[in-house]
Amino acid sequence: MYRPRDHRVIAGVASGIARHLSIPVTAVRVALVVLLGFNGLGLLLYAVFWAVLPQQAPTGEPKPRRDLVLLLPFGAIGLGVILLEGLLFGDDKGVAGTAGWLVAVIAVGAGVIWHQSDPTRRGHWGDSQAPWLAAVVAESDRRSFLFRFIGGGVLVAVGVIGVFAVYGPKNNLVIVLNGVIFALVGLLGVGVVVAPLLWRTFSQLRSEREGRIREQERAEVAAMIHDQVLHTLALIQRNSADIKEVQRLARGQERSLRNWLYKPAASPTERFGAALEQAAAEVEDTYAISVETVVVGDTQCDERVAALVAAAREALVNAARHAGVQTVSLYAEVEDEELSVFVRDRGAGFDLTAVADTRHGVRGSIIGRMQRHGGKAVIRSSPGDGTEVRLTLPASPMSVTAAKENAR
Amino acid sequence: MTEPTADEGRRLTVFLVDDHAMFRAGVRAELGAHVDVVGEASSVAEAVSRIAATMPDVVLLDVHMPDGGGRAVLEAMRRSHPQVKFLALSVSDAAEDVIGLIRAGARGYVTKTISPDELAAAIKRVADGDAVFSPRLAGFVLDAFAARPDVPVADPELDQLTNREREVLRLLARGYAYKEIAKELFISIKTVETHVSNVLRKLQMSNRYELSRWAADRRLV
Repeated sequence: MYRPRDHRVIAGVASGIARHLSIPVTAVRVALVVLLGFNGLGLLLYAVFWAVLPQQAPTGEPKPRRDLVLLLPFGAIGLGVILLEGLLFGDDKGVAGTAGWLVAVIAVGAGVIWHQSDPTRRGHWGDSQAPWLAAVVAESDRRSFLFRFIGGGVLVAVGVIGVFAVYGPKNNLVIVLNGVIFALVGLLGVGVVVAPLLWRTFSQLRSEREGRIREQERAEVAAMIHDQVLHTLALIQRNSADIKEVQRLARGQERSLRNWLYKPAASPTERFGAALEQAAAEVEDTYAISVETVVVGDTQCDERVAALVAAAREALVNAARHAGVQTVSLYAEVEDEELSVFVRDRGAGFDLTAVADTRHGVRGSIIGRMQRHGGKAVIRSSPGDGTEVRLTLPASPMSVTAAKENAR
Repeated sequence: MTEPTADEGRRLTVFLVDDHAMFRAGVRAELGAHVDVVGEASSVAEAVSRIAATMPDVVLLDVHMPDGGGRAVLEAMRRSHPQVKFLALSVSDAAEDVIGLIRAGARGYVTKTISPDELAAAIKRVADGDAVFSPRLAGFVLDAFAARPDVPVADPELDQLTNREREVLRLLARGYAYKEIAKELFISIKTVETHVSNVLRKLQMSNRYELSRWAADRRLV
C-alpha cells in the first residue's frame, strides 16, 4: 500500500487507499468528506494515512524540496488534533488550546521518530537538496542518530506530561507523577514499534561495513600480487637462461612476500632491526648472494646505531665481494648494555696485516667508524676458514664517553 | 655432516607429509640417494593413519596444511608413537610457526630452501636423537628466553637457559656449525649436542604462562 505520485489531488492518500482496496477513488473521497462531519475525523484519517503511507518509488527525476512535503503530514496531524480539540472543548479555550498544542507536539514527535526509523525514507531525505535538513535527518553517524531519537523521545514525553499537568488541578504533584509514568509507557510503546526497524538498520550497516572491509583486503592482496609476484614471474620467464638473475629475482620476491606476510612494517630509519634487514636486502640484490639474517631484540635508531648498521653493511659487502660464497650470516643482538653485530662467511678469508695501507674499506668504513662512535670492531679471519667481523656498540651515549675515557 | 647410514647397513626410512604433490615429488627425488622414502601423505588424517602403518624413522612435516597442519599430526602421534622423530620442513620461518611446532614436539625445523645435502644431514641428525637448529631458530629461542631474564617465572630451572646454553645458541645463530662451536668453546661436539637438546627440551616443557606472554608480546594472539 502506497501513495501514488500521478493520480493525486493533495497527497494521493485517497487514490492509494482506492487502489489497495480495489474500489473507485470517488467513493473513498466521498467517504472522507462525510467523515469530516464527525468531529473532523475525515481530516484526521487523511493526515494519519498521509504520514504513515510510503510514497510510490520515484520513477523519473526526483522532485526537489520533497523533504518539506514529507514533513507536512506531521504538521497536518498536529493541526487536525488542534481542530478536534477546538470542536470538542470550544467553550474552554484556555486549557483546551494548550492541551491541543501539547497533543500536536506529541504527534509530531512520534511522527519524526517513526519516519527516521525507516531506512529507505532516510535515504531519500539524505540526498535531498537541503543540506541543513540532511544534517539533521540523514543517517550520517551513530551520534546524530541517537541525538534524533532522544530528541523525539523528549518531545513525546514532554507532550504526555504536559497533558496531565494541564488537565490536572494546579500544584498537584501526584498528577505530574502520573504524567511521567504515562510518558514512559508512551515511550515504551514507541520503542516497541521502532525496535525491529532499528535492529534491522544496525545489522544492515554492520554487514555493509564488513563487506567493505573484506573487499578492501582482497583488493590489497590482488594489487600486491599483480605489482610484485606477477611481474617477477614474468621477468623470470624472460630471463630463464640466466641462473644468477633468476635467483636474484626469486630471492628478492621471496623476501618481499615474507615481509608482507609475517612482519609488521617498521621504518628502517627508526628501528635497528629493520635497518639491518634493509642493508642485508640491498647487499643480496646487488651481489646476488643470500644473507641469513637473525636479529634478536630491537631498539630505536639514532646516529650511533645508524653507524653500526653502516659498518655491518660494509662488512656484508666485503664478504659478498671477496669471500666467494653464496651465503653470509648476519647476527645481531640487542642487550641492555650493548648492541652487537656479527657478520660471518665461510669463504676465502684473508690476512688482515697483509692488507695494504692504501685500502680503506676495512680500516675506514668498519674499524674507524666504530671507534668514532665509541664502539669496537674485531675482525677474525684466516685464509681458507672464512671471516667473522664482530661489531659492538655500548647501548647508551653515557657509556660512550666512558669507553672513550677508557681508551685514553 | 657425514654421509648418512650407508655404512650401518640399513638406510633411514623417511615419511613425507606435505599438501603439495610437486614438492613431495621433488623431495623424494632429491633424497632418494640418501634415504628410503617409505610413504607420503597430503592431509592430516592420511598422515596419522599411514605413519602408524609404516613406522618410519623420521617424518618430514609441513607446517601449513588445509585441515590443521603439522601441529595436528604431531599432537595425534606424539603420545602413541614416541619413537617416530619429526622434522618440520616448511616454507614459513615465522616465529609462531617455528616455536609452535617445536613446542608440539618436533625435533627440528628447517625451511624448504635448504639444500638436499643439508636436508639429508638434518634427517640423519634427527634420527640419531639430536636437535636441528637453524640460525634463525636459535635466534627465535634467544629472543623468547633471553629478552627478559629478570622477570620471575613459576619454575626458573625449567624455563631459563643456562649461560652455556645461551652461548651455544648465540654461536649457532651466528652461523657456526656444531664442530666450530665445539672448537670455539673448548668442549666436545657431543657436549654441544647435549646443550642443544636441552634447549629443545626446555622449549617443549616451558609452562603455558611463558608461552602466552611470549606470544602476546609479539601480538600473535
